[in-house]
Amino acid sequence: MAKKVALLQGNEACAQGALYAGCNFFGGYPITPSTEVAEVLSVELPKIGGKFIQMEDEIAAMASIIGGALAGSKALTATSGPGMSLKQELLGYACIAEVPCVIINVMRGGPSTGMPTGPGQSDVQQAKWGTHGDHPVIALVPASCQEIFTETVRAFNLAEKYRMPVQVLYDEIIGHMRERIEFPEPGELEIINRTEPSVGPEEYKPFDPSFGDVPPMAAFGSGYRFHVTGLNKAADGFPTTKADLVDNEQRRQLRKISAAQSDIELNEEYMTEDAEVVVFAYGSTSRSARYAVNELRKEGVKAGMFRPITLWPFPEKRIAELGKQAKAIIVAELNLGQMNLEVERCVKGACDVPFIGRVDGEPINPGQIMDKVKEVK
Amino acid sequence: MAFDYDKYLRPGKLPHIWCPGCGHGIAMKGLIRAIDTCGLDKSNTAIVSGIGCASRLPGYVDFNTLHTAHGRAAAFATGVKMAKPEMNVIVVGGDGDGTAIGGNHFIHACRRNIDMTYVIFNNFIYGMTGGQFSPCTPTGHKASTTVYGNPDPVFDISKLAIGAGASFVARTTAFHATQIDKLIAEGIKHKGLSVIEVLDDCPTTYGRRNKFRSVIEMMERLKTMAVPVAAASKMTAEQLEGKVLTGVLHKEEKPEYCEQYAEVIKRAKGA
Repeated sequence: MAKKVALLQGNEACAQGALYAGCNFFGGYPITPSTEVAEVLSVELPKIGGKFIQMEDEIAAMASIIGGALAGSKALTATSGPGMSLKQELLGYACIAEVPCVIINVMRGGPSTGMPTGPGQSDVQQAKWGTHGDHPVIALVPASCQEIFTETVRAFNLAEKYRMPVQVLYDEIIGHMRERIEFPEPGELEIINRTEPSVGPEEYKPFDPSFGDVPPMAAFGSGYRFHVTGLNKAADGFPTTKADLVDNEQRRQLRKISAAQSDIELNEEYMTEDAEVVVFAYGSTSRSARYAVNELRKEGVKAGMFRPITLWPFPEKRIAELGKQAKAIIVAELNLGQMNLEVERCVKGACDVPFIGRVDGEPINPGQIMDKVKEVK
Repeated sequence: MAFDYDKYLRPGKLPHIWCPGCGHGIAMKGLIRAIDTCGLDKSNTAIVSGIGCASRLPGYVDFNTLHTAHGRAAAFATGVKMAKPEMNVIVVGGDGDGTAIGGNHFIHACRRNIDMTYVIFNNFIYGMTGGQFSPCTPTGHKASTTVYGNPDPVFDISKLAIGAGASFVARTTAFHATQIDKLIAEGIKHKGLSVIEVLDDCPTTYGRRNKFRSVIEMMERLKTMAVPVAAASKMTAEQLEGKVLTGVLHKEEKPEYCEQYAEVIKRAKGA
């Protein structure tokens, strides 16, 4: 049977991906250019008995999805830069309290109100460092409407599997662009749900490390009565200031991600096998990079593209290898210098890391990338 | 027979952090008695708080407990209630937490009239951080950040709740201990957003700076400033100067949010 296909906007694809993943709770606040995610889910969620709530502000939206997730829901919110700045407070709460949830950030320029209807990729370091304190981070950066669908599904899976918030960042260009989407059949993509406790309520500890770095999670109202706090906590969930307990907990939370890098990391490499110049690009910029690589290859230039689909945790090892292989890794992104810093850190001087940045509301075009590749000696 | 609080307290979590003379313990005991009166199932009840002295309460009691971020309790609680409308959701917190940093969440929870009970412990001060003035510190009074006297006007929390749309609003004080559980129980039973304001004392950071010589003196103040609603109707404006009304201040039946959303689901499903 032919697959169901549709012409969908990136934001609509995101909403459809969320539904496929089993999302049954959305808490949001209107903001351009992400609002269509909320609009679609306000229509679709009640049809399946799910919950949609428009909260009083961005912080409340984030709070509502954490509350919903603690009560057993698969919860989502969607926003853009100014909203993401407000959500940082409770993004940290979701990290320390280990609450699975998904946050969509349709990136526009900035800082502050910036250019609400223009594209940007300037929240990529915020995704890693925006909330205070040490915390694990997973951030995904899809580059097409189809990939927004699948990466939203993967974001829910990773959130549930590692019991933490997962961010999906895509720029306004692909958020508002329309493309052909093939809907996966039910069961075609794996759906992961959080691990529930295997012990009874009397023995249950919400952060018991004897069950591994990702302890099972009970839901409020399921008979397991436990405590959740934003304070540093012990295995039983209650606050502690004991040095060893705090240290163990903090390190375990970071280890959830560091020990699972190979499970979380996802990249696309395009003609990198023999590439002398590699273009590092993600999101909409990677579409220009692919075009540039194709044109350069026609001219006999050995160019390739490395496209992270998981941006955080960063593909450190592979970038280090490419740094040894290539004369240069050119970083192209819609900001004035963010992921180039990470690439520079990983290549450790083994190759040059020229930078193409743009913040005028226009996309980086293939010609810009081709010119930069040709400058590499 | 004496009331058995242990049934609702988590073993090993006491002593609490509250100072000697603080009224929060009185309010917590009132809350526990109210929950007992209403016969709430512990596993089907969530107690949600923000940050501050009062917000430490959930750690001591044996329910689904959620100690959130400063001011955000009502928003987290709304998420829990929306996800599981069958759960009893009770929010606790202080005046600064609920009406300053959490003011927006507070008024919108009232506006939605979502079926939760918000018990707000108003001790007129930010206690945990050492006694800075809150939106409820009386004008002219001293706090660590108003040593020359507080220039700010005061929020009347109950009026704020009524104005914002809460369908049950009541007020009492830590002196009137037996009224606390009665009002909270009535609030829990009421369908919609209930606010119970408990005027409270903070001898350590508020009383000390404002020349209260003892906790007894602070309790006397709560006792004398409280005027039951019925008695107030027979008093002149002059007699009511400096007094606060206690008892049930507002009660109305109006659509509750989760029920309204259940209708949305029905309409979406085409029923």
